[in-house]
Amino acid sequence: MSDHGGLHPAQPFPEAAREQVVRAQLRANLRKVTHTIREKRANVVGELPQWEQLRTLGAATKDASLANLSDRLLQLEQSVKARGGHVHWARDAQEAREIVARIAAAHGARELIKVKSITSDEIELNRALEERGIHAIETDLAELIVQLSHDRPSHILVPAIHRNRAEIQALFNAELPGEGELPDDPAALAAAARRYLRHKFLTTKMAVSGANFAIAETGTVCVVESEGNGRMCVTLPEVLVSIMGIEKVLETWEDISVFMELLPRSSTAERMNPYNSFWSGVTPGDGPQEFHLVLLDNGRTNVLADDFGRQTLRCIRCSACLNVCPVYERAGGHAYGSVYPGPIGAILTPQLLGMHDKNANTLPGASSLCGACYDVCPVKINIPQVLIYLRSEANLQKGLTAEALAMKGMKFVMSEGWRFEGALELARVGQGPLVHGDAITSLPGPLAGWTQVRDLKPFPKEGFRDWWRNRPAPVDAAPPAIVQKAEEGPVPPQKKEGGQFDAEPPREDTL
Amino acid sequence: MHIDLFLTCVNDALFPATGQATVRLLERLGHRVNFNPAQTCCGQMHLNTGYREDALHLIRKFVRDFRDSEVVVTPSGSCAAMVRELYPEAAQWAGDDELLRDVEALAPRVFELSELLVNKLGVTDVGAYYPHRVTYHPTCHAMRALRVGDAPLQLLRNVRGMTLVELEGANECCGFGGTFAVKNPDVSAAMLTDKARHIMNTGAEACTAGDNSCLLHIGGGLHRLRSGTRTVHLAEILASTEEEVFA
Ligand code: SF4
Repeated sequence: MSDHGGLHPAQPFPEAAREQVVRAQLRANLRKVTHTIREKRANVVGELPQWEQLRTLGAATKDASLANLSDRLLQLEQSVKARGGHVHWARDAQEAREIVARIAAAHGARELIKVKSITSDEIELNRALEERGIHAIETDLAELIVQLSHDRPSHILVPAIHRNRAEIQALFNAELPGEGELPDDPAALAAAARRYLRHKFLTTKMAVSGANFAIAETGTVCVVESEGNGRMCVTLPEVLVSIMGIEKVLETWEDISVFMELLPRSSTAERMNPYNSFWSGVTPGDGPQEFHLVLLDNGRTNVLADDFGRQTLRCIRCSACLNVCPVYERAGGHAYGSVYPGPIGAILTPQLLGMHDKNANTLPGASSLCGACYDVCPVKINIPQVLIYLRSEANLQKGLTAEALAMKGMKFVMSEGWRFEGALELARVGQGPLVHGDAITSLPGPLAGWTQVRDLKPFPKEGFRDWWRNRPAPVDAAPPAIVQKAEEGPVPPQKKEGGQFDAEPPREDTL
Repeated sequence: MHIDLFLTCVNDALFPATGQATVRLLERLGHRVNFNPAQTCCGQMHLNTGYREDALHLIRKFVRDFRDSEVVVTPSGSCAAMVRELYPEAAQWAGDDELLRDVEALAPRVFELSELLVNKLGVTDVGAYYPHRVTYHPTCHAMRALRVGDAPLQLLRNVRGMTLVELEGANECCGFGGTFAVKNPDVSAAMLTDKARHIMNTGAEACTAGDNSCLLHIGGGLHRLRSGTRTVHLAEILASTEEEVFA
C-alpha cells in the first residue's frame, strides 16, 4: 500500500495517552459527554425487549453480506450503473483521493461541500484536495469546528467532543466571515454556523459524502444523520461523490430495517434519526445529475481474509463502544492517533494497517478488557476477544522480545506445581530488599509502571500449600448447623433508592 | 459434594488467606474440598498479553489437572471467565479440535465462588459474621463475562454485623487489566484514581470483591494514598464467623 492516510498513529498508544490523561479540561469534557450519551443509550435500548434478538440479527445480516462480499459488491456496481451512477474501485487511500480529485478537476471545482465522513478522513481527502487547490468545506457542525481549528476529530459521532463552548466562540469569532463578535451562547453560535453553511449549500456545485449503508439489490446508498446538512449535500449540488468502505454493503432493502433500529439507539441514543437519506443513481431533474460511488478497500480485504478478525467489519460506526470505554474516557480520541479511536479503533486500525505496524501494534493493548464495549455493540463484535487475538498476532511480528522471554520463563515455572511452589519460596526470600514496612513501593525495570501509583503487597510468610499440607484432615462437616442459622432470616441490606443493592430479594434456598 | 479448588496463581503467590477461607467456607457448608498440588495457573496472563502458544501450554495443563473433577471452584471471576469464555476461543485459534472438545466438556463445571454458592448450590446465607462497614466492587469479568449478577450481593446482604454501603460508579472497571496496568500505566492510574476516590467517599473500612487481582490493584492504590481503607476478598468475609471473631 502506498499511503496510510489518516489511519496511521504517529506514536505508540501508551506515549500518546500519557500526554492526554493529564489534561483536566479534556477529562472533564469527555466524562460529561460520554456519561450523558451512555445513560441515554441505556434508556432507549431498555425500551426494546427484543434488543438482544435485534443485535443477533444485525450481526447475522452483516456476516451474511461479508461472507459473499465480492458478489455483493459486483451486484452493487451493476445496480448503481443501471441507475445512471458511476462506480470506482480504490485499492488504497491514494487511489481514492485521485479518483475524487479527478472528478473535481473535470468539473473545474475550486470548492466542494462535505457531509461528515470518517472514510474520507481515513484517506485524508481534504488535505489532498487542498494541495490541488480545491477547498473542501465540512458541513457537520462539530466537523466544521474541528476543521476551522485545524484539529483532528476525536470521536466518531462527536468529533469536537474535546472542545468546550468558550473555545468554539473564540474560533467562530476568528474564522467565520462577516459575523462580527458572537456571544457566548450555543444557539447564537449554531445560528452563525448555519448562516455560513446555508450560503455554501446554495452556491457549491459539488459534494462529497460517506455512506452508512449501500444496498446491492437496488444500488441505493444511505446516509443517516441528525443535523440535515447531509441531506443538503446529497440533494443540492450538481455532482455527488460518495466514498464507502467495501464492508458497508448489504444485500437487500429489507436488510436495512434492523440497522434503522440498532444504529440510532446505539449512536445518538435516539429512537430514530432525524434525517435518513436514501438515493439510487441519478434522477433526471431532481437532485445531483452526476453520481459517483467510490468503493474503498484500504486494507479491508486483509481483515476479511482473517477468520478471527473478520467480525470487526460488521461495525456500523455507531460509537457506542467509545462512550462506555473507560480507557477512551481518560485518554480521549487523539491518543489513538487514528481516525478510528476507542475500542473499535483499537481493533480496526491495526488490522487495516497490518499487524507489523509498530505504532498501531500498541492499540490492541489499549484496553483493560473490561468488556463494556462488547456489551453495547449493536452488531455483537466481541471486541475483547479480538483484542486478545490481535495482541498475539502483534507479538508474532515482534519476535523474541524481553517481554516474550519473561513470559516463557513464567510458563516454565508454571508448567509444574512443585516448580511454581519453589519459585514462590525463592521470591519470599528474594523480595527482602524491596520491602519497606508492609509494602513494596518501588519496582525495577518494566514493572516500574505498577509502583508509579500503587504499592505492592509482599509475598506472605506462609504459603497456601504449606497450610494445606499441615492442616489436620477435615472431619465430615455437619451442614444442618448452617441451615438452622439461615432460618433466623437474613439481615436486610443497607440500601439507597434505585441503587446497586436494589436487585432481587435474597433467594430462599437452603442447602 | 466433592469440590476441587482452583486457587489461581495470584492467590497462591500473594493471598493464601483467600484460599484458606474458600476451603473453610465450603467445608462448613458440608462439602469435601480437594486441592490438587499439580495446579498452577490458568494461562490468563499469557493469553491476555498476547502469548497464545505459551497460554495454550498452560491451558492444556489446566485441562489435565482438572479433567476428572466433578466441580471446580475458583475465588476469581477472571480466571473462571478465562476457562469458560476464552479457552474455547484459544483452542479454535490453535485449530486444536481435541482441545476444544476437552475444554467444552470441562468449562461448564468450572465456577467462580459466588456463582457456585448462589446459582449452583442455592445458598445465599452462609452463616457469616463480619462486623465492619464494607463496600462492594463488582469485577468486570464476573459481571460481564460470567454474568454472576447480584450473587455476591445476595451473599453479602446475609452477612451478620456488616454494614454494606453502595459504591458510586461500581460497574466501572478499576483499571487493572493484568499487564495493562504495567503497559499503560498512565491510563490505568487515571482509572484507579477514580475508583479509589469513590471507595474513599463511601467511608467504608474495607472494599471487597470476588477477585484478588483487582483488589491487589485497588488495595495498592488505597495503600499508596494512605487511605486507611483495606481490601478483603469476598471469600474471607463469607468464611468469617461469630465463633471466630469472638474466639
Ligand atoms: S464496534 Fe460496535 S459499538 Fe463500536 S462503533 Fe462499531 S458497531 Fe458501534
